Amino acid sequence: MTTQGLVLRIVPVGSYAGRARAVVERSALVNRRNWLLVASGVFEPLFYLFALGIGFGAIIGNQTAPDGHPISYAAYVAPGLLAASAMNGAVHDSTFNIFLKLKYARVYDAMLATPLGPMDVALGETSWALLRGGIYAAGFLAVMAALGLIASPWALLALPAALLVAFGFAAVGMGAATLMRSWQDFDLILLVQMPMFLFSTTFYPITVYPEAIRVLVQCLPLYHGIELMRQLTTGAVGWSALGHAAYFLAMIVAGGWFTTRRLGRLLLT
Amino acid sequence: MASVGRAVHPVASVGLVLENLWTWYRRNWRATVVSSLLTPLMFLGAMGFGLGSQIRPGPVTANLPYVVYLAPAVLVMLSTQVAASESSFPVLGSFKWDQRYFAITATPVSVDQLVTAQFLWVALRVVLSGLAYLAVASLFGAFTDVRVLLAVPVSVLAGLAFGTWVMALAATVSDEGNAFGNVFRFVLVPMSLFAGTFYPITQLPVWSRPLAWVTPLWHGNELARAAEFGHMDALTAAGHLAYLLLLTAGGLLLARRRFHVRLKV
Repeated sequence: MTTQGLVLRIVPVGSYAGRARAVVERSALVNRRNWLLVASGVFEPLFYLFALGIGFGAIIGNQTAPDGHPISYAAYVAPGLLAASAMNGAVHDSTFNIFLKLKYARVYDAMLATPLGPMDVALGETSWALLRGGIYAAGFLAVMAALGLIASPWALLALPAALLVAFGFAAVGMGAATLMRSWQDFDLILLVQMPMFLFSTTFYPITVYPEAIRVLVQCLPLYHGIELMRQLTTGAVGWSALGHAAYFLAMIVAGGWFTTRRLGRLLLT
Repeated sequence: MASVGRAVHPVASVGLVLENLWTWYRRNWRATVVSSLLTPLMFLGAMGFGLGSQIRPGPVTANLPYVVYLAPAVLVMLSTQVAASESSFPVLGSFKWDQRYFAITATPVSVDQLVTAQFLWVALRVVLSGLAYLAVASLFGAFTDVRVLLAVPVSVLAGLAFGTWVMALAATVSDEGNAFGNVFRFVLVPMSLFAGTFYPITQLPVWSRPLAWVTPLWHGNELARAAEFGHMDALTAAGHLAYLLLLTAGGLLLARRRFHVRLKV
């Protein structure tokens, strides 16, 4: 046993032992058995991209990029799907999977019986989710590039942007997961996630809506994720991108603070 | 009842199993409202009205407003989803978690009667969610012709043509049901997206069309649209129906076999 390991076993536990990577390693080992389900996350947004972008190409006319220049429908819908899949992946990971481990598999109780603290658990789980999300986003961007749907070098920032979006949703989702009482509550999550996926200008421009609904849509987090992504992949980047990114920073801070507080209370008392 | 034991009439025992399923559903139907009513309605709203506003009626949409063109296909998609989900975890759970099937077949109810009841139950769930969707979507003007009622039995058949195979799978797997996730993501979702839901498959590359022909969803979509809007000759319709019936029968026979194997004492 190393000295560090020995020290960690003797000194009283804090909330952070600096060992979040052990949690990541555990996730990697568990998912080795079920790699097909993990890999399938790459395909779902691609199916949508092919079905809508390619099939509709001939039916739907050109759309406009955030700066007003015309772009094909495929180039319009692709960044929307990228942001939406970052959300879907992050929400699924941070609610369903966390709740399962928290309430049923009792994985975290076991982890806290080791030198790990709640902070390690939260960091480790988030890192794993982001790692997965990053792989999905990179795959999607590669396909976009192959199809000629990327118009500017700004698109290189779409990968970190996808991680930012995923992080924001994961932080808030994890906070929500700590509040859940039973599987029935997942209907509530679905009830938030589903309309957000469908109505946040993923598939069509915001001009479709009357003024009042427009304002409502502009309050939704996914709308900002999609706008950010659409600016980056079409190259129509403006200062507003910083505002969209700030929305997610706020989600990360608020969600992270709430989650750590709740996890500490749920697990250490 | 007389003290001398007498086997229950086959029809009555199927009814008893159905009543059992209904008793559960009567208490828990609210849990299914989000997935089997709100989700398809929101989908129709976003794709039919939202995206549809970008699509001009033309030959591709049979010269109909896009939402009217899309609405029957969403009915078929919903039926397939409900049939698949009702045949997946609930069936696996009845073998594995609460082991209800073992309890049921320990009574005079036979395995065949159990399979029949489970099959009819899935059909009933599909009919109920289909009618609910139809009623609400009609209020929004997504359906224009009363002949759409004919699309309900068609969509049920399309749902069962897929659901029975899922039921056979559920009777086979012994883990926690990971296979369902893969079936939903690699079969159900692509099928829903590509098999003529949003546009005729002639919009897709020629090589990919045979893939759509294999799916029950495409046959269901063709029939459901024809039921509401007309334009299909009897022979073509008979062909679609025959294919769906064949798929359903095949899946049901396989499921029956798997039930017998798993419930063997």
